[in-house]
Amino acid sequence: MSKNFPLAIENKEYSSSGPGSLGLTAKGIHIHKRYIEYFGRTVSFLAAALVIALTLAIIFFIGQKGLATFTVSGVNAWNFLFQTQWMPDRPMEQGGPLVGSLSFIIGSLLVSLMAVAVSGPLSVIVAVFMVEIAPGWGQRVLQPAIEILAGIPSVVYGYVGLSLLVPFIRNYMGGEGFSLLAGFIVLSIMILPTIISVSSDSLRALPSQWKEASLALGATRWQTISMVLVPAARSGIITGVVLGLARAFGEALAVQMVIGNTRQIPYSILDPLMTLTSAITMDMGNTIMGSLWNNALWSMGLLLLMMSFMFILIIKLVVRRGGMIR
Amino acid sequence: MNARSADRAATLMFWLGAAAVLAILALLLGYILWHGFRAISWDFLTAPPQTIMAGGGVGPQIFNSFYLLFLTMLITIPIGLLAGIYLAEYAGAGRLTEYIRLSMETLTSLPSIVVGLFGLLIFVNLTGWGYTLMSGALALAAINLPFIVRVSEETIRTVPVELREASLALGATRWETMWRVILPSAFPGIVTGTIIAAGRVFGEAAALLYTAGMSSPVLNFTDWNPLSPFSPINPFRPAETLAVHIWKVNSESLIPDVRQVADGSAAVLILVVLFFNILARWLGRYIHHRLTAT
Repeated sequence: MSKNFPLAIENKEYSSSGPGSLGLTAKGIHIHKRYIEYFGRTVSFLAAALVIALTLAIIFFIGQKGLATFTVSGVNAWNFLFQTQWMPDRPMEQGGPLVGSLSFIIGSLLVSLMAVAVSGPLSVIVAVFMVEIAPGWGQRVLQPAIEILAGIPSVVYGYVGLSLLVPFIRNYMGGEGFSLLAGFIVLSIMILPTIISVSSDSLRALPSQWKEASLALGATRWQTISMVLVPAARSGIITGVVLGLARAFGEALAVQMVIGNTRQIPYSILDPLMTLTSAITMDMGNTIMGSLWNNALWSMGLLLLMMSFMFILIIKLVVRRGGMIR
Repeated sequence: MNARSADRAATLMFWLGAAAVLAILALLLGYILWHGFRAISWDFLTAPPQTIMAGGGVGPQIFNSFYLLFLTMLITIPIGLLAGIYLAEYAGAGRLTEYIRLSMETLTSLPSIVVGLFGLLIFVNLTGWGYTLMSGALALAAINLPFIVRVSEETIRTVPVELREASLALGATRWETMWRVILPSAFPGIVTGTIIAAGRVFGEAAALLYTAGMSSPVLNFTDWNPLSPFSPINPFRPAETLAVHIWKVNSESLIPDVRQVADGSAAVLILVVLFFNILARWLGRYIHHRLTAT
């Protein structure tokens, strides 16, 4: 955009307002301005470059620490990913040490996928409501409500889960209360605002002729919504769902507070479990840097990092495909 | 079911969905505030926490949260604003711009605990600072930076192009145009975005567990020498924030009135976040009125 406007300082016929107006010649002002322009461009470029440097630093350092389990401690990556025996402190004579993280990985996947299964449909319903059913009302009441939901800190979600949801499950459904059920309910509420706002943006961006054409053909509002609008906005909706999934997968404290943190693969929604994030949260402070246990936790951190890359990749693919259809 | 009754059923479903979200929000806020108001007192807001006895407060935690927010913003606003200016004003459609955007997406979607781990590695261990406010602020800056950059860039882009054209036509350079013309008119949007970001920084906890730490030294609020280890404004002391405190008392505290302290802390946290939210809306509107004289 800015390329369209020739810069004053690049203009050879540039002249100042008058001879000696500030005691500076036209040429002096010219050089001064060019210097400031150059300075500003450099400083703002450095700030932007810092974003790249920071990202690379995070990838490098987490990667280096996370790979130590395999390079320094000599653990087989396959065993780390696909075995369930977690005995990082057991000596060799007792069959250890083993750092199979499968139960944490499955725990993270279960809790976040179930959260999305609940939150996704509900979010799409609310997004459609905001954009199509009651736009004025949706804007005035629901928009701020969703912003507040988005602003509530995750520890507060965790705390309400711990003090309200966990006792409720214990008293009315059985088990300890600390469970997969409590975990995914807390997460599904946490990711609601993410999915709703991305989906409603993409619904709002649809050309209004599509809706008008559908209604003019005699389709009811529901038919228009379910057969025209939602399918047309699907790349945005999928993006929202993946962002929600990413947030659920990476959430640490809220989940840790309500899932019971037991190292096992849950067989019922009332069973306690442990996730990658909760394992890191619980043990990172209690293990010695450089020990196998500690290295395995860093590897879990690396796994979280790689999962978030995967989520970005999925979004990029979805958006590109959605763009072609349009 | 014919099309008409399907339409009615669907409409009902949409209304129920919206009502459910509002009900969830009302339940959350009502629950937190109802329990919180019974726990909050002047003493609770100012007193330091107890380790084994009942009756502790969260005074230092509240101070730490605000101070950490201040430090984080001190780092992120200048860098984020400049990077936003670069993206909106100077960046073309090249490879480099693509990498900047990809980096921002990566930073935005990183789990905050991963940023916390990075902070532990770099700002806590490598620098040798240990658990300090500064380590926490730098970790939070990594989380907050992409948000501020995006807000700056988007608000700068919404400034009407005629303003820029007029300024450039008068002989101003791009940098002068940015600072004297575009930024002032983008100011309300940037302020609003920054305050919303402040709410998120205020509630962040996972990234702080292993950077700013889970404890606070005994603070002496009459000591304003920034180098003293007991001074509240010393940036190189450990600091537990309110959000971390909620997590810590619930998971490993020995005090008998855990419930009370957690209720009060959660309510304070929510009230501050709500306050930021309202302030952002109000201030954005107010500054806009002042600047545009409408």
